[in-house]
Amino acid sequence: MVQYAAPQLDASFAALSDSTRRGVLEQLGHGEASISDLADRFDMTITGMRKHVGVLEAAGLVATEKIGRVRTCRIGDRRLEDVTAWIDQYHRLWDERFRELDQVIEELKQKETADGRTHER
Amino acid sequence: MDARTNGEVAPTGNVTTVERRSDREVVVTRSFDAPVHLVFEAWSKPELFARWWVPRSMGMTLTSCEMDVRTGGRYRLGFDGVDFYGTYVEVTPPSRIVWTNEEGGTDGSVTTVTFTETDDTTLVVVSERYPSAEALDAEEGGATDAMHETFRQLDELLVELRSNR
Repeated sequence: MVQYAAPQLDASFAALSDSTRRGVLEQLGHGEASISDLADRFDMTITGMRKHVGVLEAAGLVATEKIGRVRTCRIGDRRLEDVTAWIDQYHRLWDERFRELDQVIEELKQKETADGRTHER
Repeated sequence: MDARTNGEVAPTGNVTTVERRSDREVVVTRSFDAPVHLVFEAWSKPELFARWWVPRSMGMTLTSCEMDVRTGGRYRLGFDGVDFYGTYVEVTPPSRIVWTNEEGGTDGSVTTVTFTETDDTTLVVVSERYPSAEALDAEEGGATDAMHETFRQLDELLVELRSNR
């Protein structure tokens, strides 16, 4: 299993706490984009997007490179995989738990309804 | 990163979300189409809890499930060779359960589950808080190390769950 460097992981999680930043990562997963592309896509100012990208870059999740007047963003080093692997596994555990819980609760509901009918008779 | 962390849709249409709220808190939310007393019952009766806490798809078996769900009560969940245990710090039916996770030592996480009903739907919010602010203040990085430890344990569990599939 991945050996985490905890402080880096903390920065990564902080970076991922924002839905726009998660969206940016997802977008960059499909290919490189400039700051202005991303700003357009997420309907925000270039300044605002630059800040989000800055947070992601500080966490090592995104790398940027300025070519001429355009700053191009791409997915950073593999720490994203560490973070998403953990969150994915955690999410999957809870999601599967809750699907089973749905069934247990459904049975309780049916039982209660049946008991209620019996009671009314 | 795609919809995985944003939630997948269960047959009921309810979505599980996982959010890292701070450097030591992870929050899971999910709605259930049932009144709160039933949802709480499924969390607080051991014979019901044991049916869903370890999903079948993970291929791991709960060999014992002892739960004394009241404030100050203890729990112990046994798997093959691995026990998870702790204390119910607070139990307020049907709205709140708080327990400690002590298998990792004194710096274990604290899990808080709240149940809120609106129009026959119950929102469940699970917050897992990793070690205390005191630990963080006492020794810089202490809490981070302990959180790291807790994550590592979860990793090990998940690896085990996967390999047993």
